[in-house]
Amino acid sequence: MQRAVRHRTGEGAAVPAPRARRGGAALLPLVPALLVVLMLFIYPFAYGLMLSLHPQGALAKAGTFANYAAFFGDPRERLSIWNTLRLAVPVTLLDLVVALPLAYRLRRPLPGQRVITGLLVIPMTLGTVLLAEGMIEFFGPAGWLNKLLLALHIIGTPVQFVHNYTGVFLSLMISDFPAVFLVLLGYASGIDPRLEQAARTLGAGWWQRLLRVTLPLLAPGIAAAAALSFVATFSVFPSAVLVGQPAGETRVIALAAWQAAYERFDYPQASAIAMVMAAIELVFVALVLAARNRAYQGPTIGGRG
Amino acid sequence: MNRSVARPPRAHAGGGPTWWVYALVGAFAVLVAGIFLSAFLNSIASTWFGGWLPDAYTTKWYRFAIAEFDLGYVLAITIVVGLTVTIVSLALGVPAAYVLARRAFPGRPLLLLLLILPMLVPPITYGIPLAAMLYTARLGGSLAGVIIVNIVPAMPFVVLIMTPFFEQIDPNLERAARTLGASPWRVFRRVLLPIALPGMLAAGLLILVRAIALFELTFLVSGAKSQTLVVALYYAAFAAGIRPSQAIDAMAVVYMVTGLALLLAALRFINPVNMVIRVRQ
Repeated sequence: MQRAVRHRTGEGAAVPAPRARRGGAALLPLVPALLVVLMLFIYPFAYGLMLSLHPQGALAKAGTFANYAAFFGDPRERLSIWNTLRLAVPVTLLDLVVALPLAYRLRRPLPGQRVITGLLVIPMTLGTVLLAEGMIEFFGPAGWLNKLLLALHIIGTPVQFVHNYTGVFLSLMISDFPAVFLVLLGYASGIDPRLEQAARTLGAGWWQRLLRVTLPLLAPGIAAAAALSFVATFSVFPSAVLVGQPAGETRVIALAAWQAAYERFDYPQASAIAMVMAAIELVFVALVLAARNRAYQGPTIGGRG
Repeated sequence: MNRSVARPPRAHAGGGPTWWVYALVGAFAVLVAGIFLSAFLNSIASTWFGGWLPDAYTTKWYRFAIAEFDLGYVLAITIVVGLTVTIVSLALGVPAAYVLARRAFPGRPLLLLLLILPMLVPPITYGIPLAAMLYTARLGGSLAGVIIVNIVPAMPFVVLIMTPFFEQIDPNLERAARTLGASPWRVFRRVLLPIALPGMLAAGLLILVRAIALFELTFLVSGAKSQTLVVALYYAAFAAGIRPSQAIDAMAVVYMVTGLALLLAALRFINPVNMVIRVRQ
Protein backbone atom coordinates (compact mmCIF):
# COMPACT_ATOMS: atom_id res chain seq x y z
CA MET A 1 0.00 0.00 0.00
CA GLN A 2 2.82 2.36 0.84
CA ARG A 3 4.39 1.75 -2.50
CA ALA A 4 1.22 2.62 -4.36
CA VAL A 5 0.94 5.91 -2.54
CA ARG A 6 4.48 6.76 -3.39
CA HIS A 7 3.95 5.98 -7.03
CA ARG A 8 1.20 8.48 -7.26
CA THR A 9 3.14 11.20 -5.51
CA GLY A 10 6.53 10.27 -6.88
CA GLU A 11 6.05 11.53 -10.41
CA GLY A 12 7.25 15.04 -9.74
CA ALA A 13 10.99 15.75 -9.76
CA ALA A 14 10.62 17.30 -6.32
CA VAL A 15 10.33 13.90 -4.67
CA PRO A 16 13.55 11.96 -5.11
CA ALA A 17 13.15 10.02 -1.89
CA PRO A 18 10.92 7.16 -3.09
CA ARG A 19 13.27 6.11 -5.83
CA ALA A 20 16.25 5.82 -3.50
CA ARG A 21 14.18 3.89 -0.99
CA ARG A 22 12.80 1.35 -3.40
CA GLY A 23 14.24 -2.16 -3.52
CA GLY A 24 17.30 -3.41 -1.71
CA ALA A 25 18.72 -0.03 -0.81
CA ALA A 26 15.89 0.52 1.66
CA LEU A 27 17.12 -2.47 3.62
CA LEU A 28 20.69 -1.16 3.98
CA PRO A 29 20.14 0.17 7.53
CA LEU A 30 19.66 -3.42 8.62
CA VAL A 31 23.15 -4.44 7.57
CA PRO A 32 25.24 -3.16 10.53
CA ALA A 33 22.92 -4.74 13.09
CA LEU A 34 22.88 -7.97 11.14
CA LEU A 35 26.66 -8.02 10.91
CA VAL A 36 26.95 -7.64 14.68
CA VAL A 37 24.63 -10.58 15.28
CA LEU A 38 26.38 -12.72 12.68
CA MET A 39 29.91 -11.91 13.85
CA LEU A 40 29.43 -11.78 17.59
CA PHE A 41 26.65 -14.29 18.12
CA ILE A 42 26.16 -16.73 15.24
CA TYR A 43 29.86 -17.10 14.49
CA PRO A 44 30.90 -17.69 18.12
CA PHE A 45 28.10 -20.19 18.44
CA ALA A 46 29.29 -22.06 15.35
CA TYR A 47 32.89 -21.71 16.54
CA GLY A 48 31.89 -23.19 19.91
CA LEU A 49 30.11 -26.07 18.21
CA MET A 50 33.17 -26.75 16.07
CA LEU A 51 35.48 -26.39 19.05
CA SER A 52 33.42 -28.88 21.03
CA LEU A 53 33.87 -31.43 18.22
CA HIS A 54 37.66 -31.12 18.29
CA PRO A 55 38.69 -32.51 21.69
CA GLN A 56 42.06 -31.54 23.06
CA GLY A 57 44.49 -33.06 25.57
CA ALA A 58 43.80 -36.60 26.75
CA LEU A 59 40.62 -36.79 24.66
CA ALA A 60 42.27 -35.68 21.41
CA LYS A 61 42.33 -39.19 19.95
CA ALA A 62 39.02 -40.35 21.39
CA GLY A 63 36.85 -39.26 18.47
CA THR A 64 34.66 -36.34 17.49
CA PHE A 65 32.13 -36.62 20.27
CA ALA A 66 34.67 -37.32 23.01
CA ASN A 67 33.87 -34.05 24.81
CA TYR A 68 30.20 -34.91 24.97
CA ALA A 69 30.96 -38.50 25.95
CA ALA A 70 33.23 -37.19 28.72
CA PHE A 71 30.52 -34.86 30.01
CA PHE A 72 27.77 -37.46 30.05
CA GLY A 73 30.14 -40.20 31.21
CA ASP A 74 31.19 -38.36 34.38
CA PRO A 75 28.50 -38.69 37.07
CA ARG A 76 29.58 -35.42 38.75
CA GLU A 77 29.31 -33.50 35.48
CA ARG A 78 26.08 -35.19 34.50
CA LEU A 79 24.61 -34.31 37.89
CA SER A 80 25.02 -30.59 37.10
CA ILE A 81 22.11 -30.86 34.63
CA TRP A 82 19.85 -32.24 37.34
CA ASN A 83 21.11 -29.65 39.84
CA THR A 84 20.15 -26.89 37.41
CA LEU A 85 16.81 -28.34 36.35
CA ARG A 86 15.64 -28.81 39.93
CA LEU A 87 16.23 -25.10 40.46
CA ALA A 88 15.04 -23.70 37.13
CA VAL A 89 11.79 -25.64 36.74
CA PRO A 90 10.28 -25.10 40.23
CA VAL A 91 11.40 -21.44 40.30
CA THR A 92 9.80 -20.80 36.92
CA LEU A 93 6.56 -22.54 37.92
CA LEU A 94 6.32 -20.87 41.32
CA ASP A 95 7.04 -17.40 39.90
CA LEU A 96 4.33 -17.98 37.30
CA VAL A 97 1.82 -19.14 39.89
CA VAL A 98 2.44 -16.06 42.06
CA ALA A 99 2.69 -13.55 39.21
CA LEU A 100 -0.30 -14.75 37.21
CA PRO A 101 -3.12 -13.71 39.58
CA LEU A 102 -1.30 -10.48 40.39
CA ALA A 103 -0.80 -9.55 36.76
CA TYR A 104 -4.37 -10.49 35.94
CA ARG A 105 -5.82 -8.44 38.76
CA LEU A 106 -3.52 -5.47 38.06
CA ARG A 107 -4.31 -5.32 34.36
CA ARG A 108 -6.66 -2.49 35.19
CA PRO A 109 -5.58 0.05 37.79
CA LEU A 110 -6.10 -0.46 41.49
CA PRO A 111 -5.51 2.32 44.01
CA GLY A 112 -1.73 2.61 44.39
CA GLN A 113 -1.05 0.90 41.08
CA ARG A 114 2.22 2.72 40.42
CA VAL A 115 3.56 1.94 43.89
CA ILE A 116 2.58 -1.71 43.57
CA THR A 117 4.22 -2.10 40.17
CA GLY A 118 7.28 -0.21 41.39
CA LEU A 119 7.64 -2.45 44.44
CA LEU A 120 7.41 -5.56 42.31
CA VAL A 121 9.95 -4.29 39.80
CA ILE A 122 12.59 -2.91 42.19
CA PRO A 123 14.36 -6.27 42.73
CA MET A 124 15.63 -5.81 39.16
CA THR A 125 18.05 -3.21 40.47
CA LEU A 126 19.23 -5.17 43.51
CA GLY A 127 21.78 -7.12 41.55
CA THR A 128 22.89 -10.65 42.28
CA VAL A 129 25.59 -9.73 44.73
CA LEU A 130 23.60 -7.32 46.88
CA LEU A 131 20.77 -9.85 46.91
CA ALA A 132 23.20 -12.58 47.92
CA GLU A 133 24.94 -10.49 50.59
CA GLY A 134 21.63 -9.27 51.96
CA MET A 135 20.26 -12.81 51.98
CA ILE A 136 23.29 -14.14 53.83
CA GLU A 137 22.60 -11.60 56.55
CA PHE A 138 18.78 -11.63 56.50
CA PHE A 139 18.40 -15.41 56.36
CA GLY A 140 21.61 -16.17 58.27
CA PRO A 141 21.69 -17.90 61.67
CA ALA A 142 21.78 -14.50 63.42
CA GLY A 143 19.64 -12.76 60.79
CA TRP A 144 16.27 -11.10 61.25
CA LEU A 145 14.20 -14.01 59.98
CA ASN A 146 15.74 -16.58 62.32
CA LYS A 147 15.56 -14.07 65.18
CA LEU A 148 11.89 -13.49 64.51
CA LEU A 149 11.08 -17.19 64.22
CA LEU A 150 13.01 -17.89 67.44
CA ALA A 151 11.31 -15.03 69.26
CA LEU A 152 7.90 -16.36 68.20
CA HIS A 153 8.95 -19.87 69.33
CA ILE A 154 8.17 -21.25 65.88
CA ILE A 155 11.62 -22.84 65.78
CA GLY A 156 13.96 -23.93 68.55
CA THR A 157 17.28 -23.59 66.74
CA PRO A 158 18.19 -21.35 63.78
CA VAL A 159 17.24 -22.79 60.39
CA GLN A 160 19.84 -22.84 57.67
CA PHE A 161 18.36 -20.95 54.72
CA VAL A 162 21.52 -20.03 52.80
CA HIS A 163 24.58 -21.81 51.44
CA ASN A 164 22.34 -24.59 50.20
CA TYR A 165 19.60 -25.34 47.69
CA THR A 166 17.06 -23.18 49.54
CA GLY A 167 19.32 -20.12 49.32
CA VAL A 168 19.72 -20.32 45.55
CA PHE A 169 16.03 -21.11 45.13
CA LEU A 170 14.97 -18.02 47.11
CA SER A 171 17.52 -15.81 45.37
CA LEU A 172 16.34 -16.90 41.92
CA MET A 173 12.70 -16.52 42.85
CA ILE A 174 13.22 -12.93 43.93
CA SER A 175 15.49 -11.88 41.07
CA ASP A 176 13.41 -13.59 38.41
CA PHE A 177 9.99 -12.46 39.59
CA PRO A 178 9.95 -8.90 38.12
CA ALA A 179 10.48 -10.05 34.54
CA VAL A 180 7.84 -12.79 34.79
CA PHE A 181 5.38 -10.34 36.31
CA LEU A 182 6.03 -7.66 33.68
CA VAL A 183 5.61 -10.05 30.75
CA LEU A 184 2.33 -11.36 32.17
CA LEU A 185 1.10 -7.87 33.00
CA GLY A 186 1.84 -6.80 29.43
CA TYR A 187 -0.20 -9.63 27.98
CA ALA A 188 -2.99 -9.35 30.55
CA SER A 189 -3.46 -5.65 29.83
CA GLY A 190 -3.83 -6.50 26.16
CA ILE A 191 -6.93 -8.64 26.72
CA ASP A 192 -10.15 -6.93 25.80
CA PRO A 193 -12.36 -6.80 28.93
CA ARG A 194 -15.43 -7.03 26.68
CA LEU A 195 -14.61 -10.66 25.91
CA GLU A 196 -15.07 -11.57 29.53
CA GLN A 197 -18.13 -9.41 29.84
CA ALA A 198 -19.60 -11.21 26.86
CA ALA A 199 -18.89 -14.59 28.45
CA ARG A 200 -20.52 -13.32 31.64
CA THR A 201 -23.57 -12.11 29.79
CA LEU A 202 -23.85 -15.52 28.19
CA GLY A 203 -24.00 -17.03 31.65
CA ALA A 204 -20.48 -18.30 32.26
CA GLY A 205 -19.43 -18.55 35.92
CA TRP A 206 -16.06 -17.14 37.01
CA TRP A 207 -14.39 -20.56 36.90
CA GLN A 208 -15.68 -21.16 33.41
CA ARG A 209 -14.62 -17.67 32.30
CA LEU A 210 -11.15 -18.25 33.74
CA LEU A 211 -10.75 -21.64 32.12
CA ARG A 212 -12.37 -20.98 28.76
CA VAL A 213 -11.68 -17.29 28.11
CA THR A 214 -8.94 -15.76 30.22
CA LEU A 215 -6.35 -18.51 30.43
CA PRO A 216 -6.45 -19.38 26.72
CA LEU A 217 -6.03 -15.68 25.89
CA LEU A 218 -3.15 -15.47 28.36
CA ALA A 219 -1.49 -18.63 27.02
CA PRO A 220 0.98 -16.75 24.78
CA GLY A 221 1.98 -14.54 27.73
CA ILE A 222 2.39 -17.50 30.03
CA ALA A 223 4.52 -19.22 27.39
CA ALA A 224 6.70 -16.14 26.87
CA ALA A 225 7.15 -15.65 30.61
CA ALA A 226 7.93 -19.33 31.17
CA ALA A 227 10.49 -19.39 28.36
CA LEU A 228 12.24 -16.19 29.47
CA SER A 229 12.26 -17.28 33.08
CA PHE A 230 13.60 -20.72 32.30
CA VAL A 231 16.37 -19.33 30.10
CA ALA A 232 17.39 -16.93 32.86
CA THR A 233 17.25 -19.42 35.72
CA PHE A 234 18.78 -22.29 33.80
CA SER A 235 21.96 -20.27 33.25
CA VAL A 236 22.19 -19.24 36.93
CA PHE A 237 25.76 -18.73 37.99
CA PRO A 238 26.65 -16.09 40.61
CA SER A 239 23.92 -16.90 43.12
CA ALA A 240 24.67 -20.63 42.88
CA VAL A 241 28.15 -19.77 44.13
CA LEU A 242 27.37 -17.02 46.62
CA VAL A 243 24.28 -18.34 48.43
CA GLY A 244 24.53 -21.95 47.33
CA GLN A 245 26.81 -24.87 47.84
CA PRO A 246 28.86 -24.71 44.64
CA ALA A 247 30.81 -27.88 45.40
CA GLY A 248 27.67 -29.88 46.08
CA GLU A 249 23.96 -29.58 45.57
CA THR A 250 24.04 -26.31 43.64
CA ARG A 251 26.90 -27.12 41.27
CA VAL A 252 24.92 -25.93 38.26
CA ILE A 253 25.73 -26.52 34.61
CA ALA A 254 26.92 -22.94 33.98
CA LEU A 255 29.43 -23.45 36.78
CA ALA A 256 30.55 -26.74 35.22
CA ALA A 257 31.13 -24.92 31.90
CA TRP A 258 32.99 -22.09 33.61
CA GLN A 259 35.22 -24.49 35.55
CA ALA A 260 36.12 -26.34 32.35
CA ALA A 261 37.07 -23.08 30.62
CA TYR A 262 38.75 -21.10 33.37
CA GLU A 263 40.02 -23.67 35.86
CA ARG A 264 41.08 -26.45 33.48
CA PHE A 265 41.53 -24.16 30.42
CA ASP A 266 39.80 -26.80 28.31
CA TYR A 267 37.80 -24.60 25.94
CA PRO A 268 36.59 -27.50 23.76
CA GLN A 269 35.11 -29.24 26.82
CA ALA A 270 33.60 -25.95 28.04
CA SER A 271 32.07 -25.34 24.61
CA ALA A 272 30.60 -28.84 24.63
CA ILE A 273 28.93 -28.12 27.99
CA ALA A 274 27.66 -24.79 26.64
CA MET A 275 26.16 -26.61 23.66
CA VAL A 276 24.45 -29.10 25.98
CA MET A 277 23.02 -26.12 27.88
CA ALA A 278 21.75 -24.50 24.71
CA ALA A 279 20.21 -27.78 23.54
CA ILE A 280 18.34 -28.35 26.81
CA GLU A 281 17.03 -24.81 26.69
CA LEU A 282 15.86 -25.06 23.12
CA VAL A 283 14.05 -28.28 23.98
CA PHE A 284 12.32 -26.56 26.89
CA VAL A 285 11.35 -23.53 24.80
CA ALA A 286 10.03 -25.83 22.07
CA LEU A 287 7.95 -27.74 24.64
CA VAL A 288 6.55 -24.48 26.01
CA LEU A 289 5.63 -23.27 22.54
CA ALA A 290 4.01 -26.59 21.69
CA ALA A 291 1.95 -26.39 24.87
CA ARG A 292 1.01 -22.85 23.99
CA ASN A 293 -0.21 -23.89 20.57
CA ARG A 294 -2.36 -26.59 22.13
CA ALA A 295 -3.90 -24.05 24.47
CA TYR A 296 -4.53 -21.23 22.08
CA GLN A 297 -3.96 -20.29 18.48
CA GLY A 298 -4.45 -16.72 17.41
CA PRO A 299 -2.88 -13.30 17.63
CA THR A 300 0.05 -12.97 20.03
CA ILE A 301 -1.67 -10.28 22.00
CA GLY A 302 -5.15 -11.55 22.34
CA GLY A 303 -8.43 -9.95 21.80
CA ARG A 304 -7.82 -6.26 21.40
CA GLY A 305 -7.47 -4.17 18.29
CA MET B 1 -22.70 8.53 30.00
CA ASN B 2 -24.11 7.99 33.41
CA ARG B 3 -21.33 6.97 35.73
CA SER B 4 -23.37 4.69 37.92
CA VAL B 5 -24.24 2.67 34.84
CA ALA B 6 -20.71 2.54 33.51
CA ARG B 7 -19.09 1.44 36.76
CA PRO B 8 -20.55 -1.92 37.77
CA PRO B 9 -19.49 -3.98 34.74
CA ARG B 10 -15.93 -2.76 35.10
CA ALA B 11 -15.82 -3.77 38.75
CA HIS B 12 -17.25 -7.15 37.90
CA ALA B 13 -14.85 -7.79 35.06
CA GLY B 14 -11.95 -7.03 37.40
CA GLY B 15 -13.36 -9.60 39.73
CA GLY B 16 -13.74 -9.83 43.44
CA PRO B 17 -11.79 -8.65 46.44
CA THR B 18 -8.41 -6.97 46.20
CA TRP B 19 -7.01 -7.41 49.71
CA TRP B 20 -4.92 -10.38 48.64
CA VAL B 21 -3.14 -8.24 46.03
CA TYR B 22 -2.02 -5.85 48.75
CA ALA B 23 -1.15 -8.73 51.08
CA LEU B 24 0.96 -10.51 48.45
CA VAL B 25 2.72 -7.34 47.31
CA GLY B 26 3.22 -6.34 50.95
CA ALA B 27 4.79 -9.70 51.80
CA PHE B 28 7.08 -9.47 48.79
CA ALA B 29 8.04 -5.90 49.66
CA VAL B 30 8.76 -6.82 53.30
CA LEU B 31 10.98 -9.69 52.20
CA VAL B 32 12.92 -7.55 49.72
CA ALA B 33 13.15 -4.65 52.18
CA GLY B 34 14.40 -7.02 54.89
CA ILE B 35 17.11 -8.31 52.58
CA PHE B 36 18.11 -4.85 51.41
CA LEU B 37 18.07 -3.33 54.91
CA SER B 38 20.16 -6.21 56.26
CA ALA B 39 22.83 -5.40 53.71
CA PHE B 40 22.46 -1.64 54.07
CA LEU B 41 22.60 -1.61 57.89
CA ASN B 42 25.57 -3.93 57.80
CA SER B 43 27.36 -1.52 55.48
CA ILE B 44 26.99 1.33 58.00
CA ALA B 45 27.56 -0.78 61.13
CA SER B 46 30.80 -0.54 62.99
CA THR B 47 29.87 -3.79 64.73
CA TRP B 48 26.70 -5.91 64.70
CA PHE B 49 26.77 -8.78 67.16
CA GLY B 50 23.56 -10.68 67.54
CA GLY B 51 21.23 -7.74 68.22
CA TRP B 52 18.23 -6.66 66.15
CA LEU B 53 20.15 -3.57 65.07
CA PRO B 54 23.85 -2.75 64.75
CA ASP B 55 25.65 -1.74 67.94
CA ALA B 56 27.03 1.48 66.44
CA TYR B 57 27.16 3.21 63.07
CA THR B 58 30.01 4.43 60.90
CA THR B 59 30.78 5.47 57.34
CA LYS B 60 34.23 3.93 57.37
CA TRP B 61 33.28 0.94 55.20
CA TYR B 62 32.41 3.25 52.33
CA ARG B 63 35.78 4.95 52.65
CA PHE B 64 37.37 1.51 52.94
CA ALA B 65 35.59 0.31 49.79
CA ILE B 66 36.66 3.37 47.85
CA ALA B 67 40.29 2.83 48.83
CA GLU B 68 40.54 -0.95 48.95
CA PHE B 69 38.40 -1.93 45.97
CA ASP B 70 39.44 1.08 43.90
CA LEU B 71 35.74 1.93 43.74
CA GLY B 72 36.28 5.19 41.84
CA TYR B 73 38.16 3.46 39.04
CA VAL B 74 35.66 0.57 38.86
CA LEU B 75 32.76 3.04 38.72
CA ALA B 76 34.49 4.97 35.94
CA ILE B 77 34.98 1.74 33.95
CA THR B 78 31.35 0.81 34.54
CA ILE B 79 30.11 4.18 33.31
CA VAL B 80 32.38 4.15 30.25
CA VAL B 81 31.29 0.61 29.34
CA GLY B 82 27.61 1.36 30.01
CA LEU B 83 27.53 4.57 27.99
CA THR B 84 29.55 3.23 25.05
CA VAL B 85 27.44 0.09 24.86
CA THR B 86 24.26 2.18 24.99
CA ILE B 87 25.32 4.60 22.26
CA VAL B 88 26.68 1.93 19.92
CA SER B 89 23.61 -0.29 20.44
CA LEU B 90 21.27 2.60 19.69
CA ALA B 91 23.26 3.57 16.61
CA LEU B 92 23.07 -0.02 15.31
CA GLY B 93 19.61 -0.95 16.52
CA VAL B 94 17.51 2.13 15.74
CA PRO B 95 18.00 2.08 11.94
CA ALA B 96 17.38 -1.66 11.89
CA ALA B 97 14.22 -1.24 13.99
CA TYR B 98 13.00 1.50 11.67
CA VAL B 99 13.36 -0.67 8.58
CA LEU B 100 11.74 -3.63 10.32
CA ALA B 101 8.82 -1.45 11.36
CA ARG B 102 8.25 0.19 7.98
CA ARG B 103 9.13 -2.35 5.30
CA ALA B 104 7.43 -5.58 4.46
CA PHE B 105 9.92 -7.83 2.70
CA PRO B 106 10.36 -11.56 2.29
CA GLY B 107 12.17 -13.08 5.26
CA ARG B 108 11.24 -10.26 7.62
CA PRO B 109 10.00 -12.53 10.45
CA LEU B 110 13.14 -14.64 10.15
CA LEU B 111 15.36 -11.57 10.27
CA LEU B 112 13.52 -10.23 13.30
CA LEU B 113 13.99 -13.57 15.03
CA LEU B 114 17.70 -13.55 14.16
CA LEU B 115 18.13 -10.04 15.54
CA ILE B 116 16.34 -10.90 18.78
CA LEU B 117 17.88 -14.36 19.21
CA PRO B 118 20.82 -13.23 21.39
CA MET B 119 18.28 -12.20 24.03
CA LEU B 120 16.72 -15.65 24.09
CA VAL B 121 19.90 -17.63 24.59
CA PRO B 122 21.71 -17.40 27.92
CA PRO B 123 24.96 -15.44 27.65
CA ILE B 124 27.14 -18.23 28.95
CA THR B 125 26.39 -20.53 26.00
CA TYR B 126 27.86 -18.17 23.41
CA GLY B 127 29.97 -16.23 25.92
CA ILE B 128 32.56 -18.97 26.36
CA PRO B 129 33.38 -19.37 22.64
CA LEU B 130 33.09 -15.59 22.18
CA ALA B 131 35.59 -15.07 24.99
CA ALA B 132 37.87 -17.67 23.41
CA MET B 133 37.61 -15.75 20.12
CA LEU B 134 38.38 -12.43 21.73
CA TYR B 135 41.39 -13.83 23.58
CA THR B 136 42.69 -15.17 20.26
CA ALA B 137 42.21 -11.69 18.78
CA ARG B 138 44.11 -10.26 21.77
CA LEU B 139 41.02 -8.35 22.90
CA GLY B 140 40.41 -10.53 25.94
CA GLY B 141 40.80 -8.66 29.22
CA SER B 142 40.68 -5.27 27.50
CA LEU B 143 38.11 -2.53 27.83
CA ALA B 144 37.29 -2.89 24.11
CA GLY B 145 36.57 -6.59 24.63
CA VAL B 146 34.20 -5.87 27.51
CA ILE B 147 32.36 -3.28 25.39
CA ILE B 148 32.11 -5.64 22.42
CA VAL B 149 30.58 -8.53 24.37
CA ASN B 150 28.08 -6.25 26.09
CA ILE B 151 26.75 -5.02 22.75
CA VAL B 152 25.64 -8.55 21.82
CA PRO B 153 22.62 -8.76 24.16
CA ALA B 154 22.05 -4.97 24.25
CA MET B 155 21.48 -4.32 20.55
CA PRO B 156 18.65 -6.88 20.20
CA PHE B 157 16.98 -5.14 23.11
CA VAL B 158 16.97 -1.87 21.14
CA VAL B 159 15.43 -3.65 18.15
CA LEU B 160 12.82 -5.26 20.40
CA ILE B 161 11.78 -1.96 21.99
CA MET B 162 12.15 0.40 19.04
CA THR B 163 10.43 -1.69 16.35
CA PRO B 164 6.95 -1.41 17.92
CA PHE B 165 7.74 2.19 18.79
CA PHE B 166 8.31 3.07 15.13
CA GLU B 167 5.24 1.07 14.14
CA GLN B 168 3.14 3.39 16.28
CA ILE B 169 4.37 6.50 14.47
CA ASP B 170 1.98 7.49 11.72
CA PRO B 171 3.70 6.89 8.34
CA ASN B 172 1.68 9.80 6.90
CA LEU B 173 3.99 12.19 8.75
CA GLU B 174 6.97 10.93 6.77
CA ARG B 175 4.99 10.85 3.54
CA ALA B 176 3.90 14.43 4.06
CA ALA B 177 7.48 15.53 4.68
CA ARG B 178 8.67 13.72 1.58
CA THR B 179 5.86 15.14 -0.53
CA LEU B 180 7.00 18.54 0.62
CA GLY B 181 10.43 17.77 -0.78
CA ALA B 182 12.44 16.70 2.26
CA SER B 183 15.31 14.28 1.65
CA PRO B 184 15.26 10.95 3.53
CA TRP B 185 17.99 12.21 5.84
CA ARG B 186 16.06 15.38 6.51
CA VAL B 187 12.89 13.38 7.18
CA PHE B 188 14.82 11.26 9.63
CA ARG B 189 16.45 14.20 11.41
CA ARG B 190 13.56 16.65 11.48
CA VAL B 191 10.52 14.37 11.68
CA LEU B 192 11.36 10.91 12.97
CA LEU B 193 14.10 11.71 15.44
CA PRO B 194 12.10 14.24 17.46
CA ILE B 195 9.16 11.82 17.68
CA ALA B 196 11.33 8.80 18.48
CA LEU B 197 13.53 10.56 21.02
CA PRO B 198 11.52 9.62 24.14
CA GLY B 199 11.51 5.99 23.06
CA MET B 200 15.22 6.07 22.34
CA LEU B 201 15.91 7.71 25.69
CA ALA B 202 13.91 5.05 27.51
CA ALA B 203 15.54 2.24 25.54
CA GLY B 204 18.93 3.79 26.23
CA LEU B 205 18.34 4.04 29.97
CA LEU B 206 17.12 0.45 30.12
CA ILE B 207 20.17 -0.75 28.21
CA LEU B 208 22.33 1.20 30.61
CA VAL B 209 20.63 -0.55 33.55
CA ARG B 210 21.05 -3.92 31.88
CA ALA B 211 24.64 -3.33 30.78
CA ILE B 212 25.54 -2.38 34.33
CA ALA B 213 23.80 -5.48 35.66
CA LEU B 214 25.05 -7.93 33.02
CA PHE B 215 27.38 -10.30 34.78
CA GLU B 216 28.28 -13.38 32.77
CA LEU B 217 29.75 -11.88 29.60
CA THR B 218 31.78 -9.23 31.41
CA PHE B 219 32.93 -11.86 33.88
CA LEU B 220 34.17 -14.11 31.06
CA VAL B 221 36.05 -11.39 29.18
CA SER B 222 37.22 -8.75 31.64
CA GLY B 223 40.71 -8.51 33.04
CA ALA B 224 41.92 -6.95 36.28
CA LYS B 225 41.82 -3.46 34.74
CA SER B 226 38.53 -3.75 32.88
CA GLN B 227 36.13 -5.03 35.53
CA THR B 228 32.73 -3.46 35.86
CA LEU B 229 31.10 -3.01 39.25
CA VAL B 230 29.12 -6.28 39.17
CA VAL B 231 32.19 -8.33 38.39
CA ALA B 232 34.36 -6.54 40.96
CA LEU B 233 31.58 -7.13 43.47
CA TYR B 234 31.40 -10.80 42.62
CA TYR B 235 35.12 -11.24 43.08
CA ALA B 236 34.97 -9.35 46.38
CA ALA B 237 32.05 -11.46 47.60
CA PHE B 238 33.59 -14.66 46.28
CA ALA B 239 36.75 -14.02 48.26
CA ALA B 240 34.64 -13.30 51.36
CA GLY B 241 36.57 -13.66 54.56
CA ILE B 242 39.56 -11.86 53.16
CA ARG B 243 37.64 -8.61 53.15
CA PRO B 244 35.12 -7.39 55.71
CA SER B 245 31.55 -8.14 54.65
CA GLN B 246 30.55 -4.59 55.58
CA ALA B 247 32.82 -3.21 52.84
CA ILE B 248 31.34 -5.59 50.28
CA ASP B 249 27.88 -4.46 51.36
CA ALA B 250 28.93 -0.82 51.03
CA MET B 251 29.97 -1.50 47.45
CA ALA B 252 26.76 -3.41 46.76
CA VAL B 253 24.71 -0.49 48.09
CA VAL B 254 26.55 1.90 45.76
CA TYR B 255 25.72 -0.49 42.94
CA MET B 256 22.04 -0.67 43.85
CA VAL B 257 21.68 3.09 44.20
CA THR B 258 23.19 3.55 40.73
CA GLY B 259 20.85 0.99 39.20
CA LEU B 260 17.80 2.28 41.05
CA ALA B 261 18.42 5.88 39.99
CA LEU B 262 18.64 4.78 36.35
CA LEU B 263 15.55 2.60 36.63
CA LEU B 264 13.51 5.40 38.18
CA ALA B 265 14.69 7.74 35.43
CA ALA B 266 13.63 5.17 32.84
CA LEU B 267 10.23 4.71 34.49
CA ARG B 268 9.54 8.39 33.95
CA PHE B 269 9.66 7.80 30.22
CA ILE B 270 8.23 4.36 29.80
CA ASN B 271 5.51 2.18 31.23
CA PRO B 272 7.32 -0.67 33.05
CA VAL B 273 5.25 -3.15 31.07
CA ASN B 274 6.85 -1.96 27.85
CA MET B 275 10.26 -2.88 29.22
CA VAL B 276 9.62 -6.43 28.24
CA ILE B 277 6.94 -6.33 25.60
CA ARG B 278 4.62 -3.82 24.11
CA VAL B 279 1.03 -3.24 25.07
CA ARG B 280 -1.49 -2.08 22.60
CA GLN B 281 -3.74 0.43 24.30
